[in-house]
Amino acid sequence: MTQITVKHLWKEFGNQVVLENVNLHVGDHEFVTIVGASGCGKTTFLKMLLGIESPSRGTFLIDGEPLPSEPGPDRGIVFQRYSLFPHLTVIKNLLLGLELRDARAVGRLFGMARRRALDKAHELLDAIGLGGAADKYPAQLSGGMQQRLSIAQSVICEPKILLLDEPFGALDPGITADMHALILKLWNMNKMTIFMVTHDLQESFALGTRLLVFDKTRVDPQAPEAFGATITFNIPLKGHRSG
Amino acid sequence: MRRLINQRPGRGAAVALSMLPFILIVCVYLYYSHARLVDNPGDKLLPAPSTIASTMHEYAFEEDERTGDYLFWTDTWASLKRLATGLLVSAVIGLSVGLAIGVLPYLRVTIAPFVAALSLIPPLAILPILFIAVGLGELAKVTLIIIGVAPLIVRDLAMRTAELPSEQIIKAQTLGASTWQLVIRVVLPQMWPRLIDALRLSLGSAWLFLIAAEAIASTEGLGYRIFLVRRYLAMDVILPYVAWITLLSFTMDWLLRVLRSKAFPWAAPQ
Repeated sequence: MTQITVKHLWKEFGNQVVLENVNLHVGDHEFVTIVGASGCGKTTFLKMLLGIESPSRGTFLIDGEPLPSEPGPDRGIVFQRYSLFPHLTVIKNLLLGLELRDARAVGRLFGMARRRALDKAHELLDAIGLGGAADKYPAQLSGGMQQRLSIAQSVICEPKILLLDEPFGALDPGITADMHALILKLWNMNKMTIFMVTHDLQESFALGTRLLVFDKTRVDPQAPEAFGATITFNIPLKGHRSG
Repeated sequence: MRRLINQRPGRGAAVALSMLPFILIVCVYLYYSHARLVDNPGDKLLPAPSTIASTMHEYAFEEDERTGDYLFWTDTWASLKRLATGLLVSAVIGLSVGLAIGVLPYLRVTIAPFVAALSLIPPLAILPILFIAVGLGELAKVTLIIIGVAPLIVRDLAMRTAELPSEQIIKAQTLGASTWQLVIRVVLPQMWPRLIDALRLSLGSAWLFLIAAEAIASTEGLGYRIFLVRRYLAMDVILPYVAWITLLSFTMDWLLRVLRSKAFPWAAPQ
């Protein structure tokens, strides 16, 4: 059960107000899609969830606990690019999460433990349709395959929350349908909470159980930095929850 | 007629053209050597190829009367040993310190400016200090190479480490990596090919420091021999020695390049 509570949240960089008075409650196993114009604090909000930015004022609680101040294994992330490890083959990219979790001292598994982890990684690899590319390096994959692998890499350790920062923004429109099916499958399999920032309004309606629109309610033309954005629409959607 | 920028030589022509400057310089040498020797058969500045060959035969395949060594091979072995030791120690220092600076912000602010200052000291200017402090032995020569090369490798690897996309570092943390795990599973493996690049770029200066140290205080070594026979204008030794050093250097560079592409196929060539 993952509950996320945000109350009177403000984020400022010096004089610049990015987010003002954000209030939100997200329950367990939700798929939250976030849209908004550029510079409206969507990514800043995601970075706070990730733990690489901290709120200036207000409360931001995950399961009643304040946000951790650094990234951790309970919150996975998929960026638009660069989140695979170029020196590891596809299967080793997947294996890495399990190795880091189970081999704290050397970061590598051996023997039986390694075989068990490999089985799990291969199973997931087949599920995302990359079974044939296990021994390739990320640079040898297409953009869509790289993103699929990146998503699988993030969910293999079953995080409570998965953050997606425009994960399909750099892909061909033709393959996004496949990606949507994949992300919904993994979401229902792992029962996690997803936050996804996107530019694609259609996508945000199609995937989410809740749509958040970030926008500025007040604008001072003399001082554009004086007011920040907030959640102007918080729309519950039907979504694709199964089971 | 296509533009010059679009005209490319074929494979055979490319090989022939790349050999051209080498052939040209040999021809120029042979011409002037011959002209000078016709003028004065005792000329030492541009010895005939036959003179060079017989001298080198003497150095490489006949025992030296005084020491009983084959001078050419003794010199080569002594120099290569110093060079390899210096480069190896520099690589270890460069990798460990550079990586630590690149990964740990506290270490970065503490010692990065110091390393930057250190790397600006002209190593040859402190050669006398080295000779006074550690004596005239092997240690001084190897230390000079390390002082000259290590700070540059440290700085290079610190920069390369900092250049890793922040997405990767964050991703590893969301997979639960500790600092130590991050270093050994994500950062270090990606720095090996960078280390090889840095070593390749350092080869030239490493030879420079080696020969400088050997020229001043040594009893064998390629640099020592060159500076020893300089007194007798023995160009028949100096010229082949220089060519040999160049060949050794070229071979090392080539070996490092091959090692990089074989061992790290995922790393794009520099």
